[in-house]
Amino acid sequence: MLGAERLPLLSLSPEQASILYDIRLPRVFLAACVGASLAVAGAGLQSLLRNPLAEPYLLGVSNGAALGTLLAFWMFSMFEFARPIMAFAGAGLATIAVYRMAKSRAGMNVERLVLSGVIVTTFLSSVIVMLTTLLDAAKLRSFTFWLLGDLSQATSGGVYLSFGAAIVATVLIASQARALNLMMIGERDAADFGVEVSRVRFIVFGGASLAVGASVAASGSVGYVGLIVPHVIRMIVGSDNRLVVPFSAIAGAIFVVLADTIARTTIAPRELPVGAITALIGAPLFIWLLRKN
Amino acid sequence: MLEAWEIFVKLGDRMVLDDVSFELAEGRILAVVGPNGAGKTTLIKTLNGTIEPIYAGGTFLYSSDLNNRREIVFMSRSEIAREIAVVAQETETRFPVTVLEFVLAGRFVNGGMFGWENDADIDAARLALADCDLAEYGDRLMNELSGGERQRVVLARALATNAQILLLDEPTANLDLAHQAMMFQLVRERCRSCDASAVVITHDLNLAAEFADEVLMLKCGKVAAYGTPDEVLTVENIKNVFGVEVLLDKNPASGNVRVTNVF
Repeated sequence: MLGAERLPLLSLSPEQASILYDIRLPRVFLAACVGASLAVAGAGLQSLLRNPLAEPYLLGVSNGAALGTLLAFWMFSMFEFARPIMAFAGAGLATIAVYRMAKSRAGMNVERLVLSGVIVTTFLSSVIVMLTTLLDAAKLRSFTFWLLGDLSQATSGGVYLSFGAAIVATVLIASQARALNLMMIGERDAADFGVEVSRVRFIVFGGASLAVGASVAASGSVGYVGLIVPHVIRMIVGSDNRLVVPFSAIAGAIFVVLADTIARTTIAPRELPVGAITALIGAPLFIWLLRKN
Repeated sequence: MLEAWEIFVKLGDRMVLDDVSFELAEGRILAVVGPNGAGKTTLIKTLNGTIEPIYAGGTFLYSSDLNNRREIVFMSRSEIAREIAVVAQETETRFPVTVLEFVLAGRFVNGGMFGWENDADIDAARLALADCDLAEYGDRLMNELSGGERQRVVLARALATNAQILLLDEPTANLDLAHQAMMFQLVRERCRSCDASAVVITHDLNLAAEFADEVLMLKCGKVAAYGTPDEVLTVENIKNVFGVEVLLDKNPASGNVRVTNVF
């Protein structure tokens, strides 16, 4: 059975029901959770770091999660939850590393931050490449495809976990939205007007690491979502994080579901990695946005 | 009321504040003057608890809201922000924030349900904007304003709070003549009408003489002189602290001491 087919929703055959409920729906749902998580993480990190270019993918957070997942894949493949837990740990450690490197005695500036992000990202990439050469051929292929962003492995366990992570991360980051509005202006200003800066930082970094860790464990590195989605939302609703965070979650979910539909159908029955589609749409869109402003 | 006793601050290897003490009663304005690097900004950061002194006899707050005196190092950021508002030197914004959004940041500690502002917050912000001659600016973007306009927005944000103490770091640096006077009049008005008090860093000794009740003169982190403008702004003190010769006379309009550079 190839190609699109009109389904009689009320009288599905067992095979149709199985494809719809066990394969397609979990996958769409997972795509939505991943998109929401990445967009919210991007929106939170951008405001926290006062840098519209901050994105989990550029800051090394995604690669930290990818390395964690690879280690889990390699060493603890028998435990289902090893992947998300190690991905979360990897994302958290990478975030802390980038943040520590970017912070000097004189405080933190954006150039140092982006530079640190690039260094951590490339360093982690080479570690990942070295480790993948140690994998056997079958594992290597599935791992490489996953690394590029792959939603086809959606399992109900993974979906629940991603859903939980997306909700918790969105609530955590949205709960700090007003504080983030002040942090966006400046950390010192924020502290002057009553924001507990280190607490906000801890919550937002934690939420972003959770979101990215869960997304990467479930679907690999889907780039550009965290960059593009909050940008577009800010152009529409302004910079107020109380609007930007929830709308980014919704728009991110829609964006990745659409991208995955394209990935799944353009060269069916074969599939493109969804990460390639988001980058193909995201990169030119981002350049256009940059030129427009 | 604000009291600071024996504050010592070290940044890196340098002693930035070395035994600084002063007392500021309700309704009064203290001007802090001194050359660059004298520790003026550090003093303000210490007073609102963002820099920790290596030793201090204590920085204490009294106010009508607080039943007793509180030491700043034991207060949380939001407790401090309820009592003290800061007008920092210029801030740069990378995101497109509107003037009203910026001023509403001053109402952070009054946060209502789910972190949304209520009507009282918006009224306070609008009133503060109108006071600063910015009534029509609410929807403009911060990064489209001139330096002087931005500086007035930063003042409006401090005025939008309910704080009893204002700390102002060179609030007049980018302002034209009319707005320099407006700035000090607003601060003085706030001090009179709400029993607030203000600490103002300024390089303009004549504005200090006109508007301040007390002057604290710093040199290399030490108190060089402290008292009324007449006591502090003397030829000897200015020569000793700034290394320049000046002439002193009376301002013909107000009768306050007037400083003139001798080139």
